Amino acid sequence: MAELPKKTIVVTRFDPDKDEAPRQQRYEIPVEPDWKVLDALNYIKDNVDPTLSHRWSCRMAVCGSCGMNVDGDAKLTCKDALSDYGDVVEVAPLANFPVIRDLVVEIEAFMEKFQKVKPFILRAKELAVEAGPTHQSPAELDDYRQFSMCINCMLCYAACPVVSNEPDFLGPAAIALGHRYNLDTRDEGQRERHAVFRDDGGIFSCSFANECSRVCPKHVDPAGAIQQAKLQNVIDWVTRLLPGGGGER
Amino acid sequence: MVDVVRHDVVIVGGGGAGLRAAIAAVEADPTLSVALVSKVYPMRSHTVSAEGGAAAVPPDAKDDSLEKHAYDTVKGSDFLGDQDVIQYFVQEAPNELTRLEHWGCPWSRNADGTVATRPFGGMQTPRTWFATDKVGFHMLHTLFQHSLRFDRIVRYDEQFVTKLLVDGGRCRGVVALDVRSGQVRAVLGRAVLLATGGAGKVWPFTTNGNIKTGDGMSLAYREGVALKDMEFVQYHPTGLPGTGILITEASRGEGGYLVNSEGERFLVSRDYGVGTKAELGPRDMISRAIIQEIEAGRGISLPGKLGQYVHLDLRHLGKAKLEARLPFVLELSRTYAGVDPVTQPIPIRPVLHYMMGGVDANIDGATPLPGLYAIGEAACFSLNGANRLGSNSLTELLVFGARAALHAMRFAKGSAAGSETALLEQAKAEGARLDGLRGRKRGGETVAGVRHALNLAMEAGTGVYREQASMQQAVSEVAAIKQRYEQVSLADDSKVFNTELTAMLELGNLIDVAEAVALAAVSRKESRGAHACRDFPKRNDGEYLHHSLVHFGEAGPRFSTKPVTLGTWLPEERKY
Repeated sequence: MAELPKKTIVVTRFDPDKDEAPRQQRYEIPVEPDWKVLDALNYIKDNVDPTLSHRWSCRMAVCGSCGMNVDGDAKLTCKDALSDYGDVVEVAPLANFPVIRDLVVEIEAFMEKFQKVKPFILRAKELAVEAGPTHQSPAELDDYRQFSMCINCMLCYAACPVVSNEPDFLGPAAIALGHRYNLDTRDEGQRERHAVFRDDGGIFSCSFANECSRVCPKHVDPAGAIQQAKLQNVIDWVTRLLPGGGGER
Repeated sequence: MVDVVRHDVVIVGGGGAGLRAAIAAVEADPTLSVALVSKVYPMRSHTVSAEGGAAAVPPDAKDDSLEKHAYDTVKGSDFLGDQDVIQYFVQEAPNELTRLEHWGCPWSRNADGTVATRPFGGMQTPRTWFATDKVGFHMLHTLFQHSLRFDRIVRYDEQFVTKLLVDGGRCRGVVALDVRSGQVRAVLGRAVLLATGGAGKVWPFTTNGNIKTGDGMSLAYREGVALKDMEFVQYHPTGLPGTGILITEASRGEGGYLVNSEGERFLVSRDYGVGTKAELGPRDMISRAIIQEIEAGRGISLPGKLGQYVHLDLRHLGKAKLEARLPFVLELSRTYAGVDPVTQPIPIRPVLHYMMGGVDANIDGATPLPGLYAIGEAACFSLNGANRLGSNSLTELLVFGARAALHAMRFAKGSAAGSETALLEQAKAEGARLDGLRGRKRGGETVAGVRHALNLAMEAGTGVYREQASMQQAVSEVAAIKQRYEQVSLADDSKVFNTELTAMLELGNLIDVAEAVALAAVSRKESRGAHACRDFPKRNDGEYLHHSLVHFGEAGPRFSTKPVTLGTWLPEERKY
């Protein structure tokens, strides 16, 4: 078999027990033509340096574990072809997140934002199982389906210019998810979520840079969700002020 | 120092089964506190990768019945499924999928707004509910998001359970390693549920993600609970060569063809026992048919490392249908195989997918160890017998996740907390053991090297077709690999996110599972369901209509059997 071509993978390393600051480590490795960036990291882990830490699991672009910055851009590394890069490829932890170690970032703040948008069906009265499934037309499903495809990979937070300046910003994925439930015909929680959206760090912080939708590996279009949510929010706010609208909260 | 936390019920694993169990427990008793301990954030769990659908007789079905679903499952199991378990399963299945609908699962719809269903392998009627072809993803995210309503579900994310705490003959908690900090934590409770999934990473070519390492199976096995029916591992007919990425059975449910190198639909033109079901035969039979086609020289190959395969042809379904019904198949084929199913056939070959076997548990999920329960792919009730029907397992997570949670909850409420002294001693000792592993210097073995050897041994011994000699070989190789594992040295001595340490612990779990699979396989001298022996090509109900049990022993594993629960249906020839 012909010898495989080589690439140099420059990985940002950081172990808080040992390093004062992140450092870069270079690994020159043979690469298969069909490899994704993740395959290169797994090769390094198994054959060159077992101390490298990164998260991954499904390697089919659905579990959302392996988001990283590759040559400066947020990528899902199991979906990102290594052949799209040059002979030297820089792999760093996702931007805009604190680093736990090497390529592993701290996502607890994201999990709190996620919880904040009440990402579940809210109803005044819950349905009984005996009532059977509710009806939802294919068109009603299509209204929110795209926004239900988020795999929580957090590439959109790494790419978002607002998140980098305003860490408390709810952010693209959380807003898209809240909006997904607002659009669901089975849900009655719109007003609660609009209140969350209106708060500081909510949807009106978004400057519509569209970076989130550009990097999204699942074409969720969070930027589109945020624009829709802004419009709905204004309508909600206005109707609140009308007689019988419930007033401002 | 070992950290100690206390809850009523401790659930290990945050996938579909674990989440459903957690929700069921806190809904049933608002005073309960539930710990959900998972080595990954719940939305990363492997349920996320399931694609095709979840089976249940739709509430308004005209041409379907619970009895038909039960019969299909019994026949699919090659009569090894326990029929009391199957009856309960089909009866609760529609309720559970309806609940998920109420919780927001974006099920695909018919034009009239009712939930749509599609045909699936081995099922007589279209009863597989779906959300395009990302059903596991949508179910997992719906369950996880719904679980956020309950603050009594206390999550311990990225905490790797390394040991069960057992005292006075009862399981009363777990020891977990906090991967992020290296902190060791005793999570005490009065009942423990294992919901840790299967162990596909025993094999090199698998649809399973990196986290599927049989952790719960090993935890139970090490405490004396047997692993049941481990010889039955499912090869899914359609994985992408090279990566093993799953191409869903729904692609055949929607009308796809399997085609050999001569352009022939071999499941139609040749007798592989699937009759008129053709591509919608059960998975064990279709996988064997593909291997036989390849062995007969009608496989396809390209230069390179991919080996032989056949084609899954979806072109006649048309772009619109593929985009509406199978968008993930399009994405996966384009991204990972470089083919566009709209215009090209997809190369596929059988790939290790699912374990019918697991921790020995009864219909309530209860194991023989009081206080210990098992659910999902980690468990064996046995619903799936010798061969699982596609789309039964997602429903299984819900039906038995909920049922086992209620039983575990009742057990917890009926048992005293008891003295913690012995438990904390055990936790301390486990903490010391884990501390001793980081950066340990032994022989020249590495985690990756030993795992590779295990993968090769199990692929050679326990493939789609097996032979006594190769299975025996696997038994002895696994025993040797166990010795090599003791000589693994670790380079990483850090406490923070030490994935070399967790990979080593996972490898130990994989070896335990492999040991049980190999022994159970060599002990079954017949062919049944997914266990196809070349030396014993026929099913032998006289001698082998029983479940296999493998028990852990310091000197090596021990084998025993237990009877199958029959019911309405007695074993008959399995022909479609």
